[in-house]
Amino acid sequence: MTQHQNHHGGRLERGGRLDRDQPIGFTIDGTALTGYAGDTLASALVANGRLRVGDSIYLRRPRGVLSAGVEEPNAFVRVNGEHNESMLPATTLELRDGLDVTLLDGIGVLDDRPDRNEYDKMHVHADVAVIGSGPAGLAAAKEAASGGARVVLFEQDFELGGSLLSDPTITVADQGALDYVASVRAELEAAPEVTVLTRTCVFGSYDNNFLVALEKRDDVASAEGGVSRQRLWHVTAGQVVLAVGAFERPIVFSDNDVPGVMLASAVKTYVERWAALPGRDVVLFTTNDSAYETARCLTKAGATVTVIDARPEVKAATSAQEGARRAGLTVRTASAVVGIEGSEGVTGAFVASIDDAGQLAGDAELIACDLVAVSGGWTPNVSLHSQRQGQLAWDDVLSGFVPSAGVKNQFVVGAGNGTYDTDDCLIEGARAGRGAAAAAGFPASSSADGGDAVAESAEVWRARQHRAAGTVRPLWAVPAPDGSLDTHFVDPHRDNTAADVLRATGAGMRSVEHVKRYTSISTGIDQGKIGGVNTIGLLTQLLSGNDTKAIPSGQPGQDAADAVELTASGQPARRPTPGTIGTTTFRAPFTPVAFTALAGRGRGALFDAARTSPAHSWHVEHGARFEDVGQWKRPWFYPQEGEDMDAAVARECRAAREGVAFMDATTLGKIEIRGADAPEFLNRMYTNPFLKLPVGKGRYGVMCTVSGMVFDDGVTLRLADDRFFMTTTTGGAAKVLDWLEEWSQTEWPELDVTLSSVTEQWSTVAVVGPRSREVIAKLAPDLDVSKEGFGFMEFRETTLASGIDARVCRITFSGELAYEINVPRWYGLKVWEDVAAAGEEFDITPYGTETMHVLRAEKAFPIVGQETDGTVTPHDLGMDWVVSKTKEFIGKRSFSRAAFTEPGRKQLVSVLPLDHTLRLPEGAQLVEPDALGDYTGEGLPTAPIAMVGFVTSSYHSQALGRSFALALVKDGPTRVGQTLLASFGGKFAEVEVREPVLYDKEGARRDG
Amino acid sequence: MMVIPCPFCGPRNETEYTYGGQAHVAYPENPDALTDEQWAQFLFYRDNPRGSYAERWQHSAGCRKWFNAVRNTHTYEITHVYRLDQARPDGLPKAPLATKEVGA
Amino acid sequence: MSQRELPQHPDFLWTNPDPKKSYDVVIVGGGGHGLATAYNLAKHHGITNVAVLDKGWLAGGNMARNTTIIRSNYLWDESAAIYETSLKLWETMQEDLGYDVFFSQRGVLNLAHTMQDERDSVRRVEANRLNGVDAEWVTPQQVKELCPIININDDIRYPVMGGTYQPRAGIAKHDWVAWAYARRANEMGVDLIQNCEVTGFVMDGDRVVGVETNRGRINAGKVALAAAGYTSVLADMAGFRVPIQSHPLQALVSELHEIVHPTVVMSNHVHVYVSQAHKGELVMGAGVDAYNGYGQRGSFHVIEHQMAAAVELFPIFARAHLLRTWGGVVDVTLDASPVMGLTPVDQMYVNCGWGTGGFKAVPAAGLAYAHTIAHDEPHPLNRGYGLDRFVTGALIDEHGAAAVAH
Repeated sequence: MTQHQNHHGGRLERGGRLDRDQPIGFTIDGTALTGYAGDTLASALVANGRLRVGDSIYLRRPRGVLSAGVEEPNAFVRVNGEHNESMLPATTLELRDGLDVTLLDGIGVLDDRPDRNEYDKMHVHADVAVIGSGPAGLAAAKEAASGGARVVLFEQDFELGGSLLSDPTITVADQGALDYVASVRAELEAAPEVTVLTRTCVFGSYDNNFLVALEKRDDVASAEGGVSRQRLWHVTAGQVVLAVGAFERPIVFSDNDVPGVMLASAVKTYVERWAALPGRDVVLFTTNDSAYETARCLTKAGATVTVIDARPEVKAATSAQEGARRAGLTVRTASAVVGIEGSEGVTGAFVASIDDAGQLAGDAELIACDLVAVSGGWTPNVSLHSQRQGQLAWDDVLSGFVPSAGVKNQFVVGAGNGTYDTDDCLIEGARAGRGAAAAAGFPASSSADGGDAVAESAEVWRARQHRAAGTVRPLWAVPAPDGSLDTHFVDPHRDNTAADVLRATGAGMRSVEHVKRYTSISTGIDQGKIGGVNTIGLLTQLLSGNDTKAIPSGQPGQDAADAVELTASGQPARRPTPGTIGTTTFRAPFTPVAFTALAGRGRGALFDAARTSPAHSWHVEHGARFEDVGQWKRPWFYPQEGEDMDAAVARECRAAREGVAFMDATTLGKIEIRGADAPEFLNRMYTNPFLKLPVGKGRYGVMCTVSGMVFDDGVTLRLADDRFFMTTTTGGAAKVLDWLEEWSQTEWPELDVTLSSVTEQWSTVAVVGPRSREVIAKLAPDLDVSKEGFGFMEFRETTLASGIDARVCRITFSGELAYEINVPRWYGLKVWEDVAAAGEEFDITPYGTETMHVLRAEKAFPIVGQETDGTVTPHDLGMDWVVSKTKEFIGKRSFSRAAFTEPGRKQLVSVLPLDHTLRLPEGAQLVEPDALGDYTGEGLPTAPIAMVGFVTSSYHSQALGRSFALALVKDGPTRVGQTLLASFGGKFAEVEVREPVLYDKEGARRDG
Repeated sequence: MMVIPCPFCGPRNETEYTYGGQAHVAYPENPDALTDEQWAQFLFYRDNPRGSYAERWQHSAGCRKWFNAVRNTHTYEITHVYRLDQARPDGLPKAPLATKEVGA
Repeated sequence: MSQRELPQHPDFLWTNPDPKKSYDVVIVGGGGHGLATAYNLAKHHGITNVAVLDKGWLAGGNMARNTTIIRSNYLWDESAAIYETSLKLWETMQEDLGYDVFFSQRGVLNLAHTMQDERDSVRRVEANRLNGVDAEWVTPQQVKELCPIININDDIRYPVMGGTYQPRAGIAKHDWVAWAYARRANEMGVDLIQNCEVTGFVMDGDRVVGVETNRGRINAGKVALAAAGYTSVLADMAGFRVPIQSHPLQALVSELHEIVHPTVVMSNHVHVYVSQAHKGELVMGAGVDAYNGYGQRGSFHVIEHQMAAAVELFPIFARAHLLRTWGGVVDVTLDASPVMGLTPVDQMYVNCGWGTGGFKAVPAAGLAYAHTIAHDEPHPLNRGYGLDRFVTGALIDEHGAAAVAH
């Protein structure tokens, strides 16, 4: 697979943007090779005479390096290390010492070892973001920065310069090209508000100039040293300048995928930037003028070049063809490469004449060569522009889709806008830089000198672009002598050929989107950078004028629907053009981004906040196991030595009902509601009345949605006429605050109500059990804690023995005598410890949420979110008593709808397994015994079995000495005494339906 | 990233806000006077245009205030923001589209 | 077929006729549901004088954009009935349509990360089983056996506490499903008209008698709406509302990797769902963007947030690369269940509000909707999904089972 290709290229003795004093050793498929600092992996391979890379995915054809950039469809490697990374293109991989890679055949291999590297996220607001540091981008950045604007310049390469890196000998702004780059860089880096980010690719463009970019930091990353390997930049820019260049297209001909067929501009880049010669006997096949620069540079490097120009002869001294001939090159016009000799590598090119229609006009002759450099034309890189729904239009002269209308607050310049002359790029870039700076409020310094000459019209500029581009011959597929199309590769990465496109249209497909999906063209790593426009071009050949009626509109770059000219008979007048067809949709990311870079630091403990009570350390020290309730870590139970959960919970329950126990209730939501209309407000929000709640008392309240479904509950205290302290469920706190604010602000702004979340401000200890009074007496000596002196649902403000001010409430969630001590959060741990100390003589026992669940279930107190699921009303819970019949409240109207008044609603009951030791799984479904038919639980029933309810809560009760459960059952209260079957895991167990409350029905234990 | 100009705090990223659906749908004065069909309209039916839409937002990570906005649901461009006590600025009708008797 | 082989699609899929002057049934929307409905009308009701109109390219809406998860493990009886009917039709689809859509029954895991997740899971599993839907509760260790690449350790913020498993669930190639239905429908005489946007309805009193389109007027005996992401626009033209709101929903793929992920995993709590397609890309999605949106695109932070969840649960995905993101438009009802049935307009029908459940329902929706259209009354499968449930309050709340944050 990785045979050496037989060709004669290699490193040139001089030239290239390399540090020849810094040789770099790397390994590819076990073979050790050398390159230099400044090389990419691909350039080092080319310099070592290796063009051959992995095989193609499906057809397993040998492939070679095609390009020098992000558009590469063939040269993918896995970088091996502590955590291997696959599918990186060799063309953008910076060569580093010790780089160890394996060539891939189009499919990656994920590494299951942990990635220990860190990934950061950055955020910046910029006045101007300039994307791309070729001539247009540098000119723009320079101007934009000159007036003091905050400018961020993004360059995905590790060097600034873009196309100038491949044109080091030209003159730019009166300097050598690379000197120009260096001088602009120095100017930018000296400006205090400018950031230059190399190795940073802007891959996503979103509304309001929100850009996302990935910065690679392989040059500085250190897992041990805590330096992140990559950073994800989030940029909000006032103005954006897109200077992102253009991609050269290959040409589609038979066997155009053989290693040694490369993009002409890439060949030039390898020679000029990296002094790496891909071949010595070159056939250069082009449809346009730009490739002649490659011919020139190859000749200078000592290669022999035969130019095959698809265009007819242009008899003018200034033509590129004549120029090449004067330089001694052989130039054959009106000709094409129609095939390749060699399969592991190019050994020859078959060349034939072609006529005006693109058909063969003679026999093919074989020209021996070791490199075929191709140029099918240029495709402006419009991805970021189009991600913002920027308009595109087909330009027939440039033979490419160009931005046709700007996105608000964006400028498109340079080759990405169809401007292919370097000086024109400088002009266009500078103009955009000045425009962006001015729009941002920081006029460029050159503007004062009248640097803004009146810009020519768009038409004039377009004409200038056309002149610079010269004639481009659209040659979408070169016929093969044998008429075949099945090695005419349109998308080499996906192994898709012109034959595939033909099949798609033959099947009836007319939309380029359908063709994409039928063939899989452009769905690979390069996302159509290589094959997109060639596919569209090919479609113009395959679809006749009549087919265009069926082409759906709406694709980027499509001509307006009414632009199709019709003949007298109503048929479309011309063959379709690429504008008739349009492109597929451009989407982020422009280049691939590792999942873990997007995850950033949000791993492990940082994935989500872990909220803890101030007494958390005590719980941990005392062996608590924890339960996640929303973001909170709540003690679940406190196992002692040798105890499993059941044993711990049994002990905790007994303590709570027989002695005294304590629980951390800090996590409950707490909201202060103040204002003259606070009582009225609460009265509308809760189902039960609150207007007349006396100061000093609390009341349990239930809240419903407008649809009448229970969505939260809790006790609310009246602190003053106009001040209430509401508690919510732990998980519902934020939701309830949102709800209250919404009603207050949007429906009843006339009510004087202010809402404040105080969940974080208070710590709460519940002291529970027959002996709780004695514990409270010790802690709060100033309080009259007698039964008569401190009634149920009353609260007192007092100073504890410790000197800490507290609010003590008689609230119970277990049915036992219980007190809740509320103190400012700072004192949470201290008060918890004081409770432990005061209760020690009574064997006070800490208990967690599991015990809390059991105790309240024995009293049939519902837990919102467990006995309710968004479809349960207060009536369903047997709580008619909490639903006012007189006042208006949220949800009331919904209760009178058909589904709420008819029988058959699931209602709260308890169910007792006949087997007293059987604890039903929560969630078990309940069926009537004769609903089973012959279903035994084995496999699945042959027809659905009607369910009448399900188990919501299930425990073993110390107080009852047996297992029990709460359930929602259709017409539950009418079934008391009935036997049902609980169904779980293919088994059935008999249960008896009972009234919900199983323990202390009269509520006698409440007062101790 | 939508940038929503809170009338109280100024422009902030959409991540600071909670969405509240259609604006100008007032809680009925007298729910008991509505038929079940009319009540269903209030509970479940909201306009859902592909275009200009008056909607509610809360600046939940900032001032916690609710306000209204007019936004194009296709282009996501926000054309107006206005306080709850202000009229819809673009002059378009407030009331939801009337609906015929719902079918089976 | 190994991931290094791809199937050949049929040589011929459909014709591209001009629309006729009239049809017995015009279906507005050529996605999975519209095409499956046309197929069913022709195949099971002998109604072939049918046109399926799509304003864009056939099945280019949500059918081209979903994350292809197929399962029937929803909670309520009505949902189990329609999704399970659908799943059984998926199982015979290759035979019925003569097209291998790569339906891969590799199971689906819905993970539990809290105690309430566990209760809800058991409730759903037990309800599934009694409704004849294969389902089981699995422990963390069993989760690991089913999907070795999942991290069940305690070192993540919300460790896996178990999950539900439906063995017969799976994935399929969404585009090919559309083409399979399209081809058969077209063979039976249904006209598939693309690039045909309905711009209005032609009424005769309270009855619809045709549609206005950008390609002219088309008369119709019946008109059936099946245009996810566009139903409200159409309903507005017809003078009624449906209780849906349209939201962007995004999805993404990675590049191709050797197969490591053998099943489908969904997690409500840490919010991500992911499978690995036949040719090797990871396919992932998460929740909707909260605002109403028809742009078929959403915000980047939604993508970003799900990645932390993905990499936590699947550390092996760390250096998989985001290759492409996109968006669709999902129509969401307040109970996360669809609307299918009659409308206030005589001879006009609506099928909408499928939210994130549309793709898996394609076969059964086609069956039920065709029946509804042919008989002018709901099929038993969609009787509970009419608009009247919003009046009576008999909602079918599937937010939990939908497994996608709304």
